[in-house]
This record gives sequence, C-alpha cells and structure tokens, in this order.
Amino acid sequence: MDLSLLIIQALNGVQLGLLLFLVASGLTLVFGILDFVNLAHGSLYMLGAFLCASLTFVFGNFVLAVLVALPLTGVIGFLVERFVARPLYARDHLDHVLGTFGLILVLDTLAHLIWGPAGIAVPLPEWLQGQVALSETLVIPSFRLVIIGAGLSAAAGLFWLVNYTRLGMLIRAGASNRTMVSALGIDIQTLFALVFALGAMLAGLAGMLIAPITEASIGMGNNIIITAFVVIIVGGIGSMKGAFIGALLIGLIDTLGRSFLDDLFKVFMSSDAAETSAPAVSAMLIYIIMALVLSLRPQGLFPPRTR
Amino acid sequence: MKKFLTLTLAAGLMSTAAWAETVKIGFVTTLTTGAAVIGKDMQNSVNLAVEHLGGKAGDLDLEVIFADDGFAPETGKQATDKLVKQDDVDFVAGYIWSHVLLASRKSVLDAGKFLISANAGPSQIAGKLCDQDFFSTSWQNDQTPMAMGEVLNRQGVKSLYVMAPNYAAGKDMVAGVERTFKGEIVGKDLTKWGADAQLDFSAELAKAKASGADGIFVFYPGAAGGAFIKQYDQAGLKDTLPLYSVFTVDALSLPKLQAANLTGVMGSRTTQEWDPSLDNAANKKFVTDYKAKYGAYPSYYGAQSYDAIMLIASAVAKVGNTTDKDALRAALKEADFESVRGKFKFGSNNFPIENFYLREVVTDADGTWTTKVVETVFEDHIDSYAAECKM
Repeated sequence: MDLSLLIIQALNGVQLGLLLFLVASGLTLVFGILDFVNLAHGSLYMLGAFLCASLTFVFGNFVLAVLVALPLTGVIGFLVERFVARPLYARDHLDHVLGTFGLILVLDTLAHLIWGPAGIAVPLPEWLQGQVALSETLVIPSFRLVIIGAGLSAAAGLFWLVNYTRLGMLIRAGASNRTMVSALGIDIQTLFALVFALGAMLAGLAGMLIAPITEASIGMGNNIIITAFVVIIVGGIGSMKGAFIGALLIGLIDTLGRSFLDDLFKVFMSSDAAETSAPAVSAMLIYIIMALVLSLRPQGLFPPRTR
Repeated sequence: MKKFLTLTLAAGLMSTAAWAETVKIGFVTTLTTGAAVIGKDMQNSVNLAVEHLGGKAGDLDLEVIFADDGFAPETGKQATDKLVKQDDVDFVAGYIWSHVLLASRKSVLDAGKFLISANAGPSQIAGKLCDQDFFSTSWQNDQTPMAMGEVLNRQGVKSLYVMAPNYAAGKDMVAGVERTFKGEIVGKDLTKWGADAQLDFSAELAKAKASGADGIFVFYPGAAGGAFIKQYDQAGLKDTLPLYSVFTVDALSLPKLQAANLTGVMGSRTTQEWDPSLDNAANKKFVTDYKAKYGAYPSYYGAQSYDAIMLIASAVAKVGNTTDKDALRAALKEADFESVRGKFKFGSNNFPIENFYLREVVTDADGTWTTKVVETVFEDHIDSYAAECKM
C-alpha cells in the first residue's frame, strides 16, 4: 500500500463523511430540538437531487440549479413540517415513525410519477469535469474537492449559525428546554418550522452534490438515511459536534474498509477467503462500530449537555 | 405493487364470452426502486409482443400478469408464490436478477408450472439445478463475460482490474471473464448490491488506478451502470485504464449519458448476444415498432422478454391447450419461433446455444447514441455448466 493511495482514499472518506454530515445534521437538529423522528429525511435528500437535476436541464447550469433548488427544498421541508410533522409532535415516537414512513412511500411514488423510474444523470459544467493533480500520483476528480469544500463551508456556516446568532441561541435554548423557551414568549412553532426547513435544505444540498456522481434516482434517500442514523447514534443524538465527528468517522471507516480490508485479510487468511469475506465485513463495519459505541457509551460519543 | 393487464380486447371478450380458453403468463420483474427502468423496458417489450401476436397464442387468449420483485429475493419469491397459487398462471416468466430467480425457482417448478427466464442465468440453474420445465431466452451469466475475456486476449490486454456487485450474477460474471482471460487479474472488488446498493465507487476507482492494470472490466447493470460510467469519466481514466464492460453500457444508460453529454462512453465496447442492429426480419420489426411506440431503443432485457413471450406463444399455439404439459415441454424445447436474434436453439440444459457479438457505442442517423455490432466473438456458444446438467 503506498502513501498517495492512502491519501486519496482518506480524501474520498472525508468527502463521503461530509455528505453524511449534511444529511445527519438535519436529522439530529430535528430530533434534538423537535424531538421528532423523521424517517422521511432521506426523501428530502432525494427531492433535492431531482429538483436540481431538472433545473440543471432548464437553466443549462448546475451551479445556478443548486442555488434555485436549495430554497425550493427548504419550502418543501417547511410544508412537510406544517402538514405532516406538526400534527404528530404530541404523539409518541412510534407514530412519528409510522407517519414519516408513509411519507417516504408517498414521496417515492410521487417522484416515480413526475420523473419516471429511470433516474436522471446530472451533467456537470466543463470546469468541474476534470481532475486536480495534487502531485504526480495524487489525482482526484475536481468535483469531489468541490463536495469537500461545500460540505466544510456548510458545516462552518451551521457552526456559526448555532453558536453566534440569535436564531442559533433560540435553537440551543429550544433543545435544552422548549417549554421554557415558549414560556418566554418565543414563537416556538415558527422556530420549529425554520429548523425543519433548514434540515431539509441541508439534506437537499447533499442530494444535489451526489446527483452528478451517481444520479438522481428513486429510493436514493433510503440508502443514506440508515447510515445517517448510524452517524447520529455514534455521535450522540441532538449534538451538532457529534454529527460532524461521527459523520467523518463513519465516512473514513467505510471508505478505508472498502479499500484496504481485503489486503489486511490476506495477511492471515487465504487469498480466496479474503476476497469473499472482505466485502461482507466492510459492508458491516459501520454497524459493528455502532454496536461498539452503543455498548460502551450508549448516549453516543458527544451527547448534548442537557435536555 | 402489481399491475394487472388484461390484454384481451374487450370486444373479443364479449363475443367469444367465457368459452375461449386463456393462457396465463405471470411476468416477474422490477417495477419499483431505481432498477424499475429495466422492468419498464421488459414490460414494454412484453406488451409489444402481445400486440404483435394480436393478443392470441393460436386459438387461446393471452393474458399477462405483471408482478414486482422490488429488487429483493424475498419479495420476488412472494410475488412468484402469489402468481402460482392465487392467479394459477400456466407460465412464470421474467426475472432480471439471479438471486431473485434462485429464490423463486422452487415455487414455480414444484407447482408443475413452466419457468422461463428472460434475463437471469445463474450457473446453478444451468448446471446442477437444471430442470426440464425451466427454459432461458437469455444466456448463462458466464457467457457474456467469457466473450469479453476473449476480446481482451485478442486486443493484447495483459493485466486487468475487475469490479462487480457482490451477488450471484456478479460472481458468475467474474468467474466468466477469469475463465477465458489469459492475462493477470491484478485486483478485484465486489461491491454491495440490492435496493441499497453502493453507487459511489471513489475508493474502488482509486484502487483500480493505483493497480496499474492495462484495463478495467466491470459488470454494473441498471442504474449503477450510469453511475459507474460517470465516475469513471470524472476520474479521467479513459486514457490510462480503458473500460471493458458487460451489461453496463446499454439502451437504458445511453439516453441518460447522452442527456448529460458524457462523451467518454463513445466508442466503448461491450459484448452481448443481441443488438438492435442485428439483421433479421423479426428484429427489424421489434426495434422499429418499439421505437415508434416508446420513443427509445429497446435493450437486450426487452429483446429477451419479447423472445420469452414469442417462445411461450409458439408452444401454446402448437399444442392448442395449456393442460398437456408433456406436449408443451416438447414444443418449448423445439423453440419454433422467429427470434429477434435470428436462429434460436436450446442446448441440453435448456439454455440457448447462440452467438456473442462485440458491440461498440456509436451515434445513429438521428443523432441518438446506440450500439452496433463490430464482430462476432463466439459462434453457437454452449455454456460451461451444460455438462453438469443431468436431465
């Protein structure tokens, strides 16, 4: 194993981690502050991808499409909060799960009706198509670097929003004690709707960023939502810092596992056995990590301080 | 989940009333998830076949019941059970996925129905698990990659990196290319598959590039194919690591790739038993009418499904009823129908003995991206498991 391959794989892991963070941060915000389990969070990720894909063909420009699709996804999140989530707040978590699972089926079918079963490949502008050579052997597709950049700026923006703005203060206060916040005269309903829309925009952004790599396809959100749940469980439910570190951890473990596990296995088992067992184990790796974290620190690595 | 499609004309139903006998065909394919794009193509082709037959197999009315396997073996088996037990179909056809077919096989055969695979060709069913009531209108999984391995030898490729999804067919594909490819396989990745399949191949592509192989062989059917091609393109591997694929670049991924203008795929080569450019009357009719009706090229999934319906109809028309199983079996084995791949003949294990072609991605007269035959790689090829089949 050479060093440049390790660096490339680490960058790939960070890129996957940041995408996961975008999805997990919204999930953890909604769960931590609204105490609402939103299984349909992945559908917002899918809708973001599809909206961006359609708009890319309308405008002929990917970046413009992202800029327009972002607020649109926010609006969809706002509507979902108003009409699906809000009536369910008072119920227990099982009802949240049932309600939002139904929403997944509705949104998946809706996407099927609007965009067809085929999925849409999203074209990238010329300047994002190429590769960046960091050194002779260190070449990485430029769009992957864009994802890393976008993910880091979203994380920084979120950090600033939560820690240094009035809205962030209210969000933190709401997370600690929402009865007190509403008793102090804060419009908690609007606050919740804003948080939900923010989470939707973050998930949508992740969908828009992955669409040019894979494609916008039905059910794409259901794949990532499970991993996003693993991230927030490992990181500590409701914690932004936990979501960030958890996402990077899971992204790196998953990518490095896929890359090097078979070589590692070949050290102590036959090449044939390693080839068949390595993919199976690397697919399980993140769940093994989750089980470990749950048994040693059930509250997650970075649980929020108070509830 | 399931779509009922009674293709009998309403008028026909009323005049002949309930006296006309019907032949019921259950067709299992994927109608939900991202893989529904394959199922849709098969469904379109089945409907076209029924239309070409005028809704009749001889004197009997044709009825096709579509069922969704949800891209999962357990769902596929349930759908199959329902077709066999509740709808009491005479034939069960379809099956894109080898693991779904393997899971569903027993339900059909134990009930004494005929099973016709229009795509999946797992090695087990070609060999030890072969059955007199099972027929394939596609191929055994290993054959197409074997043809590709032969192409690689002819092109002087010395070392190869191999990528495929981790399921029954993925393993068969890898086994197939390994069987004929004479050079060295320097690396191999089997990736997660199913409804939550892995679609981001950054880690694998980085490994493939670092391996210094002369070429990369991949098998990524359906939506994963488009995703792979894009990332291969984005990683700029076209010049250093030429792509040799099977079941990845097809009539389903090409329109999407063209819409996104990913020109990297132009000229890429793939092996197949069928191509829209094959020169025979049945194929011309199929391709022309499919394009006129659905506005796109059919894929091999569609061609094989069209052949499956034509095969069933030919057998039923010859026997004249659906109750004489022995006569039907013999009629199916004769395969006396106009196949879109020209001549059609079954081998000892009821898999076709057929040609395999090398196809290249080109632009047609209307500017649409499609494939055309470059050369014939194998003639009348018999799969490697036929010898293990004791019938």
